[in-house]
Amino acid sequence: MIRICDVKKYHGIPAEELKRMQDAHVELTRITYDHKPIHRGYTDKYLTVDFSRNSIEITDIDPKVKEVFTGGKGYCLRYLWDEVKPSTRWDSPENAITMSPGPLCGVTQYAGTGKTLLCSISPLTDTPFDTNVGGYFGPLLKFSGFDGLTLKGTAKEDVILVIDGNKNTISIETAPLEHEDAHVLGEELTYMYADDENDRKNVAVVCAGSAAKYSNIGMINFTFYDPNRGVVRLKQAGRGGLGRVFRHKNIKALVCKFSGVKADLNDPYDISIINQVGKKYHKEIHDLDNLQNGMRKVGTANILEVMDAYDILPTNNFKFGSHPGIDRFRSTVFIEKYLTQGAADGCWYGCSMACAKAADHFKLKTGPYKGQAVCIDGPEYENGAGLGPNCGIDDPEAILELNFYCDTYGLDTISFGTMTAFIMECYEAGILNKEITGGLELNFGNWEAALEMMHQIARNEGFGQIAGQGVHKMKKIFVEQYGADAQFLEDIGMEQKGLEYSEYNSKESLAQKGGYGLTNKGPQHDEAWLIFMDQVNNQIPTFEDKAEALYYFPMFRTWFGLLGLCKLPWNDIVPANNSETDEPAKVPEHVQNYFDIYYGITGKHLDTPGMLRMSEKVYQFQRIFNIRMGKGLRKNDAIPYRSSGPVTEEEYLSRQERYDGQLVDLVGFTKEQVAAMSLQEKMAETRKYREAEYEKLIDAVYPRRGWNLNGVPTIERVKDLGIDFPEVLEVIEPLQ
Amino acid sequence: MKRVVKDDSLCIGCRQCEAACSKAFYKVEDSAKSAIRITEKEEGGYEITVCTQCGECAAVCNTGVIQPNAKGVYMLNKKECAGCLMCVGFCPLQIMVQCDDHLEPSKCTACGLCVKACPTGAIRIEEA
Repeated sequence: MIRICDVKKYHGIPAEELKRMQDAHVELTRITYDHKPIHRGYTDKYLTVDFSRNSIEITDIDPKVKEVFTGGKGYCLRYLWDEVKPSTRWDSPENAITMSPGPLCGVTQYAGTGKTLLCSISPLTDTPFDTNVGGYFGPLLKFSGFDGLTLKGTAKEDVILVIDGNKNTISIETAPLEHEDAHVLGEELTYMYADDENDRKNVAVVCAGSAAKYSNIGMINFTFYDPNRGVVRLKQAGRGGLGRVFRHKNIKALVCKFSGVKADLNDPYDISIINQVGKKYHKEIHDLDNLQNGMRKVGTANILEVMDAYDILPTNNFKFGSHPGIDRFRSTVFIEKYLTQGAADGCWYGCSMACAKAADHFKLKTGPYKGQAVCIDGPEYENGAGLGPNCGIDDPEAILELNFYCDTYGLDTISFGTMTAFIMECYEAGILNKEITGGLELNFGNWEAALEMMHQIARNEGFGQIAGQGVHKMKKIFVEQYGADAQFLEDIGMEQKGLEYSEYNSKESLAQKGGYGLTNKGPQHDEAWLIFMDQVNNQIPTFEDKAEALYYFPMFRTWFGLLGLCKLPWNDIVPANNSETDEPAKVPEHVQNYFDIYYGITGKHLDTPGMLRMSEKVYQFQRIFNIRMGKGLRKNDAIPYRSSGPVTEEEYLSRQERYDGQLVDLVGFTKEQVAAMSLQEKMAETRKYREAEYEKLIDAVYPRRGWNLNGVPTIERVKDLGIDFPEVLEVIEPLQ
Repeated sequence: MKRVVKDDSLCIGCRQCEAACSKAFYKVEDSAKSAIRITEKEEGGYEITVCTQCGECAAVCNTGVIQPNAKGVYMLNKKECAGCLMCVGFCPLQIMVQCDDHLEPSKCTACGLCVKACPTGAIRIEEA
C-alpha cells in the first residue's frame, strides 16, 4: 500500500522556463473592475468575455433571473438561451460557454461545495448541455466578484483569460509557448501566476487538452493545487463535448487567482448553523466511511465489484453485466497497489469525503509521455468500468493509463470508454477491419490498440479522426462507407440524443432505462440513478412508483447544480440510523443538512416542496430549450435496444434462464410454449415486451412531469412555475 | 515529542486547566473554548481529555496548514486556515476547539498553561 507520507513531491517547472513562456505573452486587453462584495452567497454580477472582439463586460444580474433561475445551472441555461438561436450549432460563432458556481459554492465547512456548472450547445447532441466539475475555479471566480461567466466569440489565436480577484484585473493574453495537454499546461499556468509556493493553492486553471480540438468528446479540465504532493490536480467537466467548443474558440486556458479563502466569504446569514452541520458531517465521514463505501480510500471505484456482483457492470459494449477478470481490477487492487492512501484528496476546501483519489508517480508505457512518472486522477467508477470491462480490458494499469491520457488530452473518459466498446464490437462483428483502422486490432481487451487510437485522436490522424466523432456520427459513417447494417448499429450503439451512455447496464431495470432515456441532456446517470432502488432493492415496483421516482430524483438532483454542490456527499455516506428513516433512499438527514446550509447562507428557509419547485423551473426551461433547438420530444427519448434487452443471440444465451423465465412470469407464455419457441422467437417476444414496457413508462412519467404525451411541458405547468416568458411560450404553444 | 500527558486518578474536577486554556486563547473562562476537557465519569472521578499530538488533524487538511513544529507539536496556521473544520470533525478525541465567533478552530499547542494551573499534578508536559 502506498501512503501519502511516502510519496515524493513532484518536481515542478524551472523558473527560467516559466519566464520564457510568460515573456512571450502579448496582452490584448486588460480592465480593472470594482469588486462588489458577496451578499448572502451572491455577487449579483456577471462577466461576459467576447474573444472575437477582445471585450470584457461586467453587468448586473436581473433580480428576476435570480428569483427564477437561482444560480449555477439555472444561470448557465438562461444566459446561454439569450446568446443562441434555434439554428446555432456547437461551432457557430454565437455559441457560448456559460459557467456559474451557484450561491452555496465556496462554502468551506461542508463536503462537496466547490462545484462549477457549465453549459454550451454540444457537438454531440446539438442541444444545451450542462456539466459540473470540481476544482477551485468556480469558488475563486465568485470570490473574485462574479456569479457567472460567458465565453463567446472566437479568438484569432490561442489566448488565455486571466482574472485576478485581489488586484481586480482581467486580461486576455496570447500564450503561444505553453503546452496544450492539461497536466502540463495546468501546472505551467499555476506556477506562472502564483506569487510563491504558498500561493499556488490560490490559482485555478481551466483548460482542455490536445485532443479536445479534434474530437466531439472533448472535455474541460479544472485544476486545483495539491500542496501535499506538490502537483496540480485535474477535475473534469467531462460530458457533452464542451472541450471541443472551448478549443474551437481558441481559448487555451482560463486562470483565476484569489487569495484569502475563509469560511465567511459568502457573507452567511447564520454561520453557526453551517459550522454545526459541517462538524457533524465531518465526524460522520470519520466514523462511518470505512464501514460504508470507503470513499476516502478509493472514491467511487468502490462499486466496481458491487456492480459486477449484481450483473450491472457494463462488459464488452454492455453485452454482459459482469467480467470474469473482476479480481484483477476490483477496488481493493487499486487501494493496495496504486492509489495513494491517507491523502487529503478533496477537490475543494472542506471535502472530507475526499473521493478525488490519485495514483502517484505512475510510469507511462505509451504515447508522448512514455517513460514519465505522472500523477493520475482516479479512476472513478465510470472510468474504471468504461475504460476497463466495457472494452473487455481487465488490466488495472491499462485502465490507469487510459484514464491519464483521456484527462490530459481533454477527452471524456465515459464517452471514450463507451465509444471504444462500440468500435470493438463493430471490429469483432466484421464491420471494421485492419484496413479501415489502419492496422489497429480493436478486439475487446486490446488496451494497446485503444491507447493508440486515443493518441491518433490527439494527433488528428488515422482512424482516430473517425473515432473522435463519437458513436452517433460513427454509426452513419459505418453504414454509408462500410456497408454496416443500420438497424444493428442503432441497436448496439450505446448513445442516445447523441451522447454516449454512462457505465451502468440498465437491461434489468425499467426505471433506470427511464433514468437514462428520459433525461434532458442524454444518458448520464446524474439525473436519476435508480438502478439499485429498482433492480436490487425493488423499492419502486409499479409504474406509478417509477414515475414518481423519475419526477423526484431528477428535480432533487437538479438542485445541486443550481446551488454549486456535489451530489456524492448526499448519499455516498449515510447516517448510522438512515435505514430506520421513512425514506432511506432519500437520506432525509442529509437533505436537512442542505436546507440548514441554504438557510445559513441565504437566511431563507427551504423545504422539500420548495426545493423541488426551485429545480423544476430550471428543469422545464431546459426541456423547452431542447425543443427550441429542434429536439426534446418523445421521439428523442427513444433508447437503443442494447440498453433495454439482448440484441444478439450471444447475449440472450448468456442469461437464457432469466429471459426464458421472464417470458413466463412477465409476458404470459406457458413454460411449454416457451420450450417450443426458437431462440429467434424468444428474442423477438422479449424485445416486443421490453419495448412496450418502456413506452408505458413514458406514458406514466410525462404526465407526472407536467408534459403532454409528446414530451412537451404544458402551458398550465409553465405558468404555475412562473417561467411563462414570451420566448418560452412561443416554443411550446404550437406543440400543445 | 512534546505533549500534555494525564493521570485521571489525580484529577479533582476543579477545571482550572480548562479556565487557563480558554483564557489564554479566547480571553474568557469557557469550557467550550478549552483544548483540554474534564468530564465526570459515571462510576465516579473525572476523565481528562487532551490532545495527544497524534496528527490526524494534519493528515485531513487539504492545504497543509497544520504542521508539526520541531518538538512534534502540531501547530495550526490561522492566517492560512480557511476554516473548513475537517480537522475538528476528524479529531479522534473531539478535543479541537471551534467557536462561532472565530473562523478558524484551535488546538492544543502544549504550551503548559493548563499544567501550571493544575493543583494536583494530574497533567504534565512530557518531552520524549
